Amino acid sequence: MSPLIKKKREKYTLPNRYILLILTIVCVILMILSFSTNILSIPLNTISGYTLVPFQKGLNAVGTALIDRAQNLKTLEQVTNENTELKRQIAELTKDNTLLQQDKYELTKLRELYDLDAEYEEYDKIGARIIARDSGNWYSGFIIDKGADDGVMVDCNVIAGSGLVGRVTEVGPNYAKVVSIISDNANTSGMILSTGDLLIVTGSLRLMDMGVIEYSQLVDPESTVGVGDKVVTSNISDKYLEGILIGYIDTVNSDSNNLTKSGTLIPAVDFRHLEDVLVITDLKNIPDISGDREY
Amino acid sequence: MNFIAAFLFMFISFLLQSTLLSQFTIGGITPNLLVIVTASLGLILGRRYGMISGFVGGLFVDIFFGRILGVYALLYMLIGYLNGFFRKILFSGDFKLPITLIIGSDIAFGHGCYLLMFFFKGDFNYPFYLTGIILPEVIYTTIIAIFYFPFIKFVFDKIRHFEEKDIETIV
Repeated sequence: MSPLIKKKREKYTLPNRYILLILTIVCVILMILSFSTNILSIPLNTISGYTLVPFQKGLNAVGTALIDRAQNLKTLEQVTNENTELKRQIAELTKDNTLLQQDKYELTKLRELYDLDAEYEEYDKIGARIIARDSGNWYSGFIIDKGADDGVMVDCNVIAGSGLVGRVTEVGPNYAKVVSIISDNANTSGMILSTGDLLIVTGSLRLMDMGVIEYSQLVDPESTVGVGDKVVTSNISDKYLEGILIGYIDTVNSDSNNLTKSGTLIPAVDFRHLEDVLVITDLKNIPDISGDREY
Repeated sequence: MNFIAAFLFMFISFLLQSTLLSQFTIGGITPNLLVIVTASLGLILGRRYGMISGFVGGLFVDIFFGRILGVYALLYMLIGYLNGFFRKILFSGDFKLPITLIIGSDIAFGHGCYLLMFFFKGDFNYPFYLTGIILPEVIYTTIIAIFYFPFIKFVFDKIRHFEEKDIETIV
């Protein structure tokens, strides 16, 4: 370099360890703030809603298209085999159908009895598509492409098909974050449909692979609850609307205290292959316990 | 230049991880692209870059999927910072060191997650989390890293050549 060129003055830079210290303190402050208050979520959600969500929507569409493509490439042989298999199934299904028609008659009667499903259909629902899933392997939450602009609110219940998926925990203008009931940090108050016994459904990372979720604190001294019983959301839950199907009892075990029972249940929703969900935009009306209550 | 490229790598990796890769799971496990990028950036560009990009990437994850803001930011930041110490002994063409470090980083990340979010919750089923979550993730991540790290290295080598050429022409 020619000596005529003035040497750039050394810029003073902060040593790395101080930056590390500062950022660590920032992290800890963020943890404390987000753990105890809610003030951070609104500005952050708005920013990320306009920057990241459009990209996620696009990329997710690419992923879905690729998977579809891969499935199209099944060999002809497989398709022919499937065809014979399907023909056999049609015969079986026709038989089953007649049986089901009889069941349907019974079901209509039962519906009137419970007056439950009518209520289920009364809720305002909007369809939403899952556009991103939890990036780690520890929890199973996801992001949907409907947000506050579409009427989604925090604590809105999310269902797919007939079963409960979870609830909205955070809302941005054009997206919402959903925590599913199988997520390790989720507890849902449920009840056995036939007896009305209450229980707590707890998501568990350990059991997720086996396709079941845990429940506990079921009080059932007469042992009336059996395998296959329907579990729905309870009337005392303060987040979930009453009577949404959670799943079916898989196992029942007595706890060591001989008072309560626990076990596993099979969720009604196939969480592995979830793509579209329905968001119930009605919230459960909870009387304000802190204020004057009307009886 | 380095800064923009580092940010783009974090951004794109986060998007890929939460959309495309979470659809192409193997046995329900997603690879951890962000660990690869954070560790690589620390290794190639030094402690400062590794630390700051880890913090930013972790914050993305926290905002979208975190229960408590700042947990992932802290973990990724530490990974970037610690990998930065190995910058001095990284020779071009050497892939044993980066891959080993990425494996180590992912194992450390898994344990950090377990410790911060499950152990303190009172969930002591460590063997399950090790064999069911941490190790499969490490294996999948390593396979991706074998292809991804050379690409990151290539991009930053190009940027360095480009900038050096720039300086020569000015002088």
